[in-house]
Amino acid sequence: MDNVKAIVLRAAGINCDLETQHALELAGAQAERIHINRVIDNPAMLDGFQILVFPGGFSYGDDVAAGKVLANQVVHHLSDILHQFIEDGKLVLGICNGFQVMIKTGIVPGLNGSGKLSLTDQKATLTDNDCGKFEDRWVYLQPGTDRCVFINPDQRIYLPIAHGEGKIVCDTDQTLETIKNDGYVAFRYVDADGNEGGFPVNPNGSQDSIAALTDSTGRAMGLMPHPERFVRWTQHPHWTRLKDREGIADGMAIFTNAVNYVKENF
Amino acid sequence: MKQWRFEISSKKGFPDVHGAEVLESIGQLNISSVEDVISERVFLIEADFEQDFAERVGCELLADTVCQDWHLGKSGVPAGPMRASLIEVHLKSGVTDPVAESVKSALADMGAGKVASVRTGRKYVLLGSVSDTERETIARRVLANDCIEDVIYGTDAEPPSPHTQPYQMELTEIPIRDLSDEQLVELSKKMDMFLNLKEMQTIQAEYKKLDREPTDVELETLAQTWSEHCVHKTLKSSVDMDHDGEKVYFDNLIKETVFKATKDLNKDWCISVFEDNAGVIEFDDEHAVCFKVETHNHPSALDPYGGAATGIGGVIRDPMGTGMGAKPVANTDIFCFAQPDMKLEDVPKGVLHPRRIMKGVVAGVRDYGNRMGIPTVNGALYFDDRYLANPLVFCGNVGLIPREKCFKNAQAGNLVVVVGGRTGRDGIHGATFSSGEMTHEHEDIFSHAVQIGNAITEKKTLDTLLQTRDANLYESITDCGAGGLSSAVGEMGEKLGVQVDLEKVPLKYAGLSYTEIWISEAQERMVIAVKPENLDAIMDIFNAEDVEATVIGTFTGDKKLTLRYEGTQVGQLDMDFLHEGICKYDREAKWETKKLSEPVLEAKDNYNDDLLKILGSYNVASKEWVIRQYDHEVQGASVVKPLMGAENDGPMDAAVIRPKYDHDKGVALSCGMNPCYGDIDPYWMVLAGIDEAVRNLVCVGADPERIAILDNYCWGDCTRPETLGALVRASQACYDGAMAFGTPFISGKDSLNNEFVCDDGTRIAIPYTLLISAMGIVEDVNRCVTMDVKKAGNLVFAVGLTKNELGGSHYYKIHNELGANVPKMDLEMSVEISRRIAKAIEQGLVCSCHDCSEGGLAVAMAEMAFAGGLGIEADLRGLAVGEDCVKADAMLFSESNSRYLIEVQPENFDAFARLMLNIPFGQVGEVIKDKKLLVHDANQKTVIDADLDTLKNAWQKPLAW
Repeated sequence: MDNVKAIVLRAAGINCDLETQHALELAGAQAERIHINRVIDNPAMLDGFQILVFPGGFSYGDDVAAGKVLANQVVHHLSDILHQFIEDGKLVLGICNGFQVMIKTGIVPGLNGSGKLSLTDQKATLTDNDCGKFEDRWVYLQPGTDRCVFINPDQRIYLPIAHGEGKIVCDTDQTLETIKNDGYVAFRYVDADGNEGGFPVNPNGSQDSIAALTDSTGRAMGLMPHPERFVRWTQHPHWTRLKDREGIADGMAIFTNAVNYVKENF
Repeated sequence: MKQWRFEISSKKGFPDVHGAEVLESIGQLNISSVEDVISERVFLIEADFEQDFAERVGCELLADTVCQDWHLGKSGVPAGPMRASLIEVHLKSGVTDPVAESVKSALADMGAGKVASVRTGRKYVLLGSVSDTERETIARRVLANDCIEDVIYGTDAEPPSPHTQPYQMELTEIPIRDLSDEQLVELSKKMDMFLNLKEMQTIQAEYKKLDREPTDVELETLAQTWSEHCVHKTLKSSVDMDHDGEKVYFDNLIKETVFKATKDLNKDWCISVFEDNAGVIEFDDEHAVCFKVETHNHPSALDPYGGAATGIGGVIRDPMGTGMGAKPVANTDIFCFAQPDMKLEDVPKGVLHPRRIMKGVVAGVRDYGNRMGIPTVNGALYFDDRYLANPLVFCGNVGLIPREKCFKNAQAGNLVVVVGGRTGRDGIHGATFSSGEMTHEHEDIFSHAVQIGNAITEKKTLDTLLQTRDANLYESITDCGAGGLSSAVGEMGEKLGVQVDLEKVPLKYAGLSYTEIWISEAQERMVIAVKPENLDAIMDIFNAEDVEATVIGTFTGDKKLTLRYEGTQVGQLDMDFLHEGICKYDREAKWETKKLSEPVLEAKDNYNDDLLKILGSYNVASKEWVIRQYDHEVQGASVVKPLMGAENDGPMDAAVIRPKYDHDKGVALSCGMNPCYGDIDPYWMVLAGIDEAVRNLVCVGADPERIAILDNYCWGDCTRPETLGALVRASQACYDGAMAFGTPFISGKDSLNNEFVCDDGTRIAIPYTLLISAMGIVEDVNRCVTMDVKKAGNLVFAVGLTKNELGGSHYYKIHNELGANVPKMDLEMSVEISRRIAKAIEQGLVCSCHDCSEGGLAVAMAEMAFAGGLGIEADLRGLAVGEDCVKADAMLFSESNSRYLIEVQPENFDAFARLMLNIPFGQVGEVIKDKKLLVHDANQKTVIDADLDTLKNAWQKPLAW
């Protein structure tokens, strides 16, 4: 299909919706920003889209915990339709706060028993950064799997993070092993040479340096860094030092892969 | 209804980040008895649901079961050998609790049925042998703020009741006609009106004429509208100035200085200046940009977190309320504090420790700005112990607005609609309070003036307002700031007249009187004027995104302000008297040029230590700790970020954003301020501020012909002729500087009476502080330049004349001297230099560019070098110096204005030199591979030879908290 349609889900406190829409459009999708209230009123509208993005922000102020109140809303009102969306082979992407929503609804890593969205059987979560505060800084990301449609398995990318609750922890060692061994880790925080390390290489203290997770299908991904903030070279934190400012900015890879996947598979 | 109490704690094995933070802060109080701190969150929910549902609420909503435990009910002291003390902190009744509101909506999603109330609190368990006094100190200094929070100790104490008494309407008249002068003053004081005798007499005369007594709400309205905060009566006064014995007269100080420059310059790219909530200039054919900077000093002194949060929240509403509403695209913040390492015992009663103020202020701006999704891109921190009791918090916001939406047009018959947050008792008397000086008792008396923000309410309001603006559904918009509805509605209805039914205003809780409703400064409220025929359509948009909007009155056309409560008229004021009735002031000012002398500092062979000390002084040191807590990249528009360079940690001169996704045009933002110079002469202080702000913009590639500036005065008590004299000097410099640079002032604000009276009667006044904020246009962001050196072998030029001007410098400061030779300025030359530099950048000749300011040439070179990860070898023989500048220390550390350091590729030497013809410049060095800063003086002696790592470490360490 040529006419790829993406929905960028808005909610109270979501604030990266415009730049996410812009990135999707640069990648060739037709992107719409739609408030969750409209989707709850008419869930069938999701049928018209192939990509769903939970963008970044502070949904409901991140009150209680980051993404929690929106996750609660999604599970209570959109559980079935979202489950169906993924079952239909469509793509779901969560960025920063969107990732927090996805992990708290169980969409990623998607390891709870029922395979459905759930608030009671969470296997992993995103919690307070070890440094105890919000941090905006750039990080290198090393792909950790070859079965996630959003990423190029061989391409290490450079993106900014901006969050206070981005530390991934699993409920048990066993969950962590599954995530590591079965290809659920989409990206890890590394240094410029690809080595894992402590702060600030791993900016929040995530277990196993995990920055992004996918599910068993590889069609849902949540990541803490912001690919929509690096779609043009002048966004790079030392672009004035770079000799070669041509080529595609790293963040575009994720959106382009998503759009191309839909083009090829629908 | 059942009362459910939930306690949420970190699971064993998962770090308790907040507990660890508290423990660290306790350590800073020199209390060593606390061995560990456990922090928990408490939720108190009054609802109909049963035990099984409560358990679901615990595990599905309130706790993150991967890393948290939840407990239903009250848990006791943890078992174990260690002594434990329990402290719980709860918001005072009526204080905004955003988390509680979110929990309510989440409970509704879960199908919880009727929920009467949700409250949240924090519980701390202190482990160790903590004495009762220590426990109270910790509670007061670290855990809670008396202004907004109640503390309860132990397991048995109960949190305060959330319920408030309903209000019984009672019309109150305040007899004023027969009062004596003393009684008038007494009345003003009793009602916290901060009006002086002359103003009270004016009001008295008006009511004698009307032949009746005023109601309370009428007096309150006048006090708000006539407050220094709202009308700037000092700056608008006529002033008799005695300048070293010579008389100068101003009929209206601000009109003849700051405003006059804008008027005389008459730039056609200025769209709206000094008339709306922000100043507006052209951006491109489709859009304009507007900029406003406000202070929120007094509230931040009492409650740093809440005060700063509502400071940024409030200034964001200025562009939102400019024209028909702008979209906020960038925040700026500039703070002044006392030194954060001040001894505890040196902090006077009624004052918070500067470190606590700083942490609270930064956290407040962070949490509000980040939640709004507006990048905080530019700022500064300035430290001086005279800011101890009066910290300054300047918050700025830039908005993007369609050209055809720059003006308002409310008409009679329009409905008054209040949109956004509900009204509570928070922030009552903020406008009058911020107009007076503070005392050690303010903490108790003015706690109600502190406002608590809820960024998400403001964000939702913004989201929907932009939709309704683009659908042309309202005629005018303004924000509720100081003075609340009284100012917002009063101003919007100034030319028309307006009638308001106060009982219609949605309240956070019952119990507010009609006067409290009218003057409350509760946050996140906007007022719009809507044609009746558009009401349904506009309400649909607000309702669709859960934004509250309510019709509270009508614009009438009778030029009267009429207030009613449940059908009874409670106040009526003539708009003319309200807005024009304020008496005019004549003030005395005096300026005596200070008799100061230059210190004699011994010449040294090597200045490494001096350089390291300056780099490590709080004013110069890296602000990375602050900057990284702000999301400076949201909206995806950043081009020049606050920190860039080889390791993303070099200090940029100005920020550049590219506010439209499909255009390469940019907006550059910077600031300039140096209170140190004001101790010598505020005239030169202000010129230096303007020069620095302009320089910073030019450094990154802004067009010097398209720069607009803003003034924010923060001063002491201007009833003292000397203090006002300094303000007059500053204002004269505003005129001269703006005229020379062709940079009109487009907006400004003043905050006076920044003084504090300690309990022993000592008075602390802040240094004269005038912040210049500047906004420039960048034609093509791809041509922007950063300050980090790029390549070994490139040449380093210094442009501008270095003079023996160490007065007020950081070099003198580290030697505890002030000096006399404050940096002056050759205005014509400064302007010429800025144009040449801009031309060089435009022609692509400049690899890096950095301004020389605090710490002079040596600091600027060090910063360029370590930001680029490459060394610089400099030879001061190449420096263009004034005749009086012969000593190495003056060359290294003089803070002469209008100087730039420029990196140029060797092949561009000729082209660059040709461009700089006839202005003072010289090649001072070369970029080298070796990671060192080497400086040889005029006699070829090596006066600085330091490793970049050592320099950078000295610069990064002080504020790496």
